Amino acid sequence: MVVRAFRTESMFISLQEPSLYTVKAILILDNDGDRLFAKYYDDTYPSVKEQKAFEKNIFNKTHRTDSEIALLEGLTVVYKSSIDLYFYVIGSSYENELMLMAVLNCLFDSLSQMLRKNVEKRALLENMEGLFLAVDEIVDGGVILESDPQQVVHRVALRGEDVPLTEQTVSQVLQSAKEQIKWSLLR
Amino acid sequence: MLKKFDKKDEESGGGSNPFQHLEKSAVLQEARVFNETPINPRKCAHILTKILYLINQGEHLGTTEATEAFFAMTKLFQSNDPTLRRMCYLTIKEMSCIAEDVIIVTSSLTKDMTGKEDNYRGPAVRALCQITDSTMLQAIERYMKQAIVDKVPSVSSSALVSSLHLLKCSFDVVKRWVNEAQEAASSDNIMVQYHALGLLYHVRKNDRLAVSKMISKFTRHGLKSPFAYCMIIRVASKQLEEEDGSRDSPLFDFIESCLRNKHEMVVYEAASAIVNLPGCGAKELAPAVSVLQLFCSSPKAALRYAAVRTLNKVAMKHPSAVTACNLDLENLVTDSNRSIATLAITTLLKTGSESSIDRLMKQISSFMSEISDEFKVVVVQAISALCQKYPRKHTILMNFLFTMLREEGGFEYKRAIVDCIISIIEENSESKETGLSHLCEFIEDCEFTVLATRILHLLGQEGPKTNNPSKYIRFIYNRVVLEHEEVRAGAVSALAKFGAQNEEMLPSILVLLKRCVMDDDNEVRDRATFYLNVLEQKQKALNAGYILNGLTVSIPGLERALQQYTLEPSEKPFDLKSVPLATTPVVEQRTESTPITAVKQPEKVAATRQEIFQEQLAAVPEFHGLGPLFKSSPEPVALTESETEYVIRCTKHTFTDHMVFQFDCTNTLNDQTLENITVQMEPTESYEVLCYVPARSLPYNQPGTCYTLVALPKEDPTAVACTFSCMMKFTVKDCDPTTGETDDEGYEDEYVLEDLEVTVADHIQKVMKLNFEAAWDEVGDEFEKEETFTLSTIKTLEEAVGNIVKFLGMHPCERSDKVPDNKNTHTLLLAGVFRGGHDILVRSRLLLLDTVTMQVTARSSEELPVDVILASVG
Repeated sequence: MVVRAFRTESMFISLQEPSLYTVKAILILDNDGDRLFAKYYDDTYPSVKEQKAFEKNIFNKTHRTDSEIALLEGLTVVYKSSIDLYFYVIGSSYENELMLMAVLNCLFDSLSQMLRKNVEKRALLENMEGLFLAVDEIVDGGVILESDPQQVVHRVALRGEDVPLTEQTVSQVLQSAKEQIKWSLLR
Repeated sequence: MLKKFDKKDEESGGGSNPFQHLEKSAVLQEARVFNETPINPRKCAHILTKILYLINQGEHLGTTEATEAFFAMTKLFQSNDPTLRRMCYLTIKEMSCIAEDVIIVTSSLTKDMTGKEDNYRGPAVRALCQITDSTMLQAIERYMKQAIVDKVPSVSSSALVSSLHLLKCSFDVVKRWVNEAQEAASSDNIMVQYHALGLLYHVRKNDRLAVSKMISKFTRHGLKSPFAYCMIIRVASKQLEEEDGSRDSPLFDFIESCLRNKHEMVVYEAASAIVNLPGCGAKELAPAVSVLQLFCSSPKAALRYAAVRTLNKVAMKHPSAVTACNLDLENLVTDSNRSIATLAITTLLKTGSESSIDRLMKQISSFMSEISDEFKVVVVQAISALCQKYPRKHTILMNFLFTMLREEGGFEYKRAIVDCIISIIEENSESKETGLSHLCEFIEDCEFTVLATRILHLLGQEGPKTNNPSKYIRFIYNRVVLEHEEVRAGAVSALAKFGAQNEEMLPSILVLLKRCVMDDDNEVRDRATFYLNVLEQKQKALNAGYILNGLTVSIPGLERALQQYTLEPSEKPFDLKSVPLATTPVVEQRTESTPITAVKQPEKVAATRQEIFQEQLAAVPEFHGLGPLFKSSPEPVALTESETEYVIRCTKHTFTDHMVFQFDCTNTLNDQTLENITVQMEPTESYEVLCYVPARSLPYNQPGTCYTLVALPKEDPTAVACTFSCMMKFTVKDCDPTTGETDDEGYEDEYVLEDLEVTVADHIQKVMKLNFEAAWDEVGDEFEKEETFTLSTIKTLEEAVGNIVKFLGMHPCERSDKVPDNKNTHTLLLAGVFRGGHDILVRSRLLLLDTVTMQVTARSSEELPVDVILASVG
């Protein structure tokens, strides 16, 4: 793995083709380094085994420090942690580091808004579908689709049912009650 | 519903992952709920989430089960719940390459894509394009074109990005959408503009003119999106690089203007583009360096990292351009991000003064264990560069390298260190002994075979020449006892080299080799037996020829010759001299710019070139009986100016008693066809032209080849250097440039070419002798001659060495082509093989007073080569 990364470095230097394909992978790991979410957009790590090995390496090298950026296995990794979650965005070592950072920030801010600033493992797991949808809106096949968290949250547009009862407005409660009655009648 | 919540509460009550113990079969079982009416959107969405989660964890779904779940999922399109619908799109995308017949959802997706709900349309476009192949694309082409220019940004972006993905398989369809993409490129939305620009570039990238137009259009009007700016900077810098053009191009001005953009991302992209442009001088770099300098003090780690990494790149080629940033870099030395600190230190090592080295090395060794291998290699590279720059710092740098060598690390890292130590040893003889003993210690516990064999080879070569060679034997013999076969074989060869050069040690070496004869491995046994028998003869010539200096023939050539020999059995023994020599490996030139990690190219290309010539020449009947091809001149010589009517280039082929000149001709006149082309040659010396092999016909712009065969001078065989005056003779036939029809009638014409030089170098092939002294003794002094010359025009030793090497075309041995500083005497050792297969060795002692005086001693196994050398020098 390392060998290949080095070889491409010397070849690549002048042949870099301008491209929209910026992101190689987005990862979210928990505080044991286990995968909660992983999306690989090219075949740098084709098999699950290689992917997990890479995730392990990445976690070992980053979880103790909060230094935001590193170069690992010839790839640029930008990262961020929150309570018991570790967010990673990975790109080629020739990629503009600030672009990768824009993706990471967008992902983190969108989730933070969706989870009401409560960015931790349990909240995230209860909103897995929101996470899937948000990532889908931020990066498509390696191309940055959106970098504005407001837009992402707006497009994901999760319905309000997950809101705890106390925070629901009266009209929302009424609305859901109506729905329930409707279904029970139909049944 | 209730039941589900109970279960969930139970699990989360355990405080852990509700998805943790998901069973694939159970989840797929649950997917049957999809068939129930009415649809329970919440429950179904949760099941889809579970399926996606499983796929995400790397769980493998079989085609059948995936197809089943997929078909069940299609029912969910009946529900209008937004989240559920969105989860369906995601499932379609994830399953598009696992399940079969995914195209059945095409109509549902097409409906959503053109429907009213904006939140569905973008994702629907993306899902649809994921399941569409090139045949079906035509059917949705109309909708795609509409979607690209849609006023809702998410729809337009989705359509553009999907088109980009589709380019890979349906280029011809997608390229019809450029007009729409063009329209989208002027969108106010930053992402739409970025995506449109990207698509336009990907469609047009093979059309340089279109790309130029595109760049000039967008740079003129300006862009809104920082992402689009980054893209266009990359396109522009690629274009610049291909033009390898002037720095006053408008493209460069554009990139430079981006240094003043308000987005950091764009500024950095521009700075990095300028730094990466080949051939940028200090003047062009200065503005880029100064923005990077500002970034060095940014609170954002990513920005500091980006800046210092780019500055590090600049420092490799233009250290002086970065000196202005030294103060900012000093501040980063203690950065909490170790990557930034390492890069800052290595940059400072390149730009700073000699006095700061000790401090910086101390600093970096304090956190060496915390950084990744990639950066450790960067550190080693910096040290390697330092060693060349400040030879006096060897001791401290060596110590640092040895400490690093003892620590944990991967192959690339260790190899970089070993490379660096070896180069220090080679450059600097004082550090040899310490260096070798540290390397000995390293191979005691080295897991990398390549490095162990490499060090053993080095020990074999350098060890015997040290004051106390016996101390290395223990380390080498330990390898024979402890390691696996490749290392053992390497160790045996190293032992033999000690035995060949030290008579006192020979008896003990023989004892050790005798033990190796019993080895389990073939190669080790073979080597031991071979060396043992050679050493027991106790003849210096044998030692030199078979142990200290290996084969000089080309291995593929030897293989072919041996095969030929077995096919046509003859009375004569096989003659090794008939095998073409290996073209000398490129001397390990280690300039500052090449990183140690650069992969060395095998020199196979050169070998095949000579083989190609050999085959071409063998096909010409006139050249039968010339024997094997001895040497072909490495670069063709141009005999015409480059912009003339005819372009003629000559390659010289040397045989044992003959030379063949190959003329590659190109006719650049489109209204002429040449026929019957020969090159007439008039030698100044007693060379004799034997025959001309004409090129039959030379139409416009199609290369042709003609040959001239000459015999080497017989009366005065030493007069090998010669000048030929050349004249091309041919028949011209006019032809119609458009139809290519030629007239039947032609006329004779001549064309004077430039003179062609044949030099001594054309008769000598370079060979590498690892151990010159042994080779010198092996050849013996039977045909030794010595003469002294004065080189009145040459003022320095370097210049003299360079000229001699170039003139004789021989290989400098034992690094004698490097003249140490501040000395006025030097000995240059050269080795080669003279045509006919005789080794020729030259020792040339140089003395610099006001001019250079040179004493040349030449040895060979024949008299002629020696005479030729001395005659040519005089």
